[in-house]
Amino acid sequence: MSLETKIYQRENNFGLGDLLKASLKDIYSSRFLARQIAERDIKAQYRQSYLGIIWAFITPLATAAVWVFLNLSGTIRVTDTGIPYPVYAFSGTLIWSIIVEAINAPTSSTNSARSILTKINFPKEALVISGIYKLLFNSSVKIVLLLAFIFLFGIGFHWSIFLLPVAIFIALVFGTTIGLFLTPVSILYRDVGKIVSVGLSFLMYATPVVYAIPDTGIMKTLMEINPISPIILTTRNMLTGTMPEYLGYYIVIILLAIPLLFVGLVFYRISIPIIVERMSA
Amino acid sequence: MEEKEVLVKVEGLSKKFCKDLKTSLWYGIKDLLSNLNGNQAERSLREKEFWAVKDINFELRRGECLGLIGHNGAGKSTLLKMLNGLINPDAGKITIKGRVGALIELGAGFNPILTGRENIYNNGAVLGFTRKEIEEKLEEIIDFAEIREFIDMPVQNYSSGMKVRLGFAVAAQMKPDVLIIDEVLAVGDLGFILKCFKTIDLILPNTAIIFVSHSMPQVSRLCDEIILLERGRSEFQGKDIAKAIDLYYGHFTNNQKNIVFTDGSLELENVELLDVENVENEIAQILWNGHLKIYFRFRVRNPKMEIPNFNVSIFDKEQRPLAILQENLKPSNFKIKNGTFEFVVIHRNIQLSKGIYSINMHVSKGKFNTPILRINDILKFQILHDKDIWPPFLLASTFEKPT
Repeated sequence: MSLETKIYQRENNFGLGDLLKASLKDIYSSRFLARQIAERDIKAQYRQSYLGIIWAFITPLATAAVWVFLNLSGTIRVTDTGIPYPVYAFSGTLIWSIIVEAINAPTSSTNSARSILTKINFPKEALVISGIYKLLFNSSVKIVLLLAFIFLFGIGFHWSIFLLPVAIFIALVFGTTIGLFLTPVSILYRDVGKIVSVGLSFLMYATPVVYAIPDTGIMKTLMEINPISPIILTTRNMLTGTMPEYLGYYIVIILLAIPLLFVGLVFYRISIPIIVERMSA
Repeated sequence: MEEKEVLVKVEGLSKKFCKDLKTSLWYGIKDLLSNLNGNQAERSLREKEFWAVKDINFELRRGECLGLIGHNGAGKSTLLKMLNGLINPDAGKITIKGRVGALIELGAGFNPILTGRENIYNNGAVLGFTRKEIEEKLEEIIDFAEIREFIDMPVQNYSSGMKVRLGFAVAAQMKPDVLIIDEVLAVGDLGFILKCFKTIDLILPNTAIIFVSHSMPQVSRLCDEIILLERGRSEFQGKDIAKAIDLYYGHFTNNQKNIVFTDGSLELENVELLDVENVENEIAQILWNGHLKIYFRFRVRNPKMEIPNFNVSIFDKEQRPLAILQENLKPSNFKIKNGTFEFVVIHRNIQLSKGIYSINMHVSKGKFNTPILRINDILKFQILHDKDIWPPFLLASTFEKPT
């Protein structure tokens, strides 16, 4: 009879490749756990509420509504967006909210599992994956809403709409990657979470969420450097069927995000014991 | 008998902790960074750190049960966390073979809003079951937990006992090679505890168990080797369970005799054991079947007071009452002289089993036994015998031909 042997010791004498392999193996073996956690949280979230899923898009809708109002009333004049402004604002805030949730997901899943992390040994990757599941669930609801808008405002059907899920998935991967690197530190220090949320709310205005990139000025430079810009813009292009402007930068981001996602997974994996050690039970 | 395979091997295991939160968090950041390049360096104590576990070694084979005892903060839980792979050691090495199950928290992953049935899946998933396995065992789990009636009720409305039963019912489905148990059996009613032990007895032959408990009867019932931890170090390690338990209790024996109640009319001046065999560590020793003779001298405030009733009772190390000595006769056969009086209580042929016992005294007066003085832990004594048994009495007996 062959038994699986585990060795725990000080040195973590594995290379990046071995760790990544172990991490991916755990992701596969814990697929049921990940689904179960996601299912549990989604069920629990809506069982005590009548409006249920509607809350998932009330926040981005409210933000967008404010901007639509500001624009219509002439309080704020934004650069021409090329598509009806409400569609621009709604799609921007919805995609933005997906990215922000993706950034926060690994931290919040890990945080909410504190009590079991300190007592039970299970594949921690399941927490990350369950976070992605929850995001996919919430995002799919938002995609339906987006599509409704497209047809409502007469933009009509484009074949590129079929690429929208891919684009959303890329946004998730991008956000999760950032989240994985932030998680260990932000669990140790609460400050990090606060800084991230303040930082992101500033960053939203340096991203073409509710207004397009201006033609000149410092804002143009900032927004063109901002790696979230091409994600939002390209996703929106898929939706409206317009030619993506920043496709090159977008592809660079994808090519960077995927290997970084793996590095993030490894970092997360080796950081967990240290976090558990410093975490109260 | 052929030796079974070693499932757990622990060599020179150590772990340090930090006493200060802010410093601890900062060290955490440093460790995160140094972890990235393997962190091979020898680890020594940094400022404000201490060894929570230091240099623990043991081997555990299939079918064996190791007991970890020690008072609060001795490092038991830290050791378990390392064995369970939750935290990494700072020195040393653990090698574990096979599937590891941990009964550290029952009902992990429960969400209070969801029903018992849904939470069986949540808990099962956390413990590493697949959906198919849980579906197969669902009925068995519900029956074992004895909560069929409430299985579709939200867990937040369960009593704490029901929650624990459900958690244990799921955990009992594990077929681990190594099982780690941490004081979870302390909760629940007697029926539940008996059920737990039955389950553990069933899996013990195929499992290596590491058992942490403060309940010495449980430890002596299950374990065949003990590590007594004291400030992270192993103070005793071996197969002599009785000795380990004695040492463990030894940590608590230095408590002073305490007066629980007094109305001031009576004061205990002196108490000692007479005709003792030997005195070791200030504890008088008596041979089994010898005579227990306790000398008392009291000072009274009012020389004309009536001699009250004296109740002397014997407690074991766990403060369980074992016996009470017969009351003094009335009218009493001793008199107050110079404001004091004295007497000797004698119990012949004492047949308590080997171990350390303590004496409490309760003094009352009048028809209604109004209490006037109550003292716990007046003195301790030890019964010597070569036979080590768990029950409190070893009663002299003979086996004879039927007539």
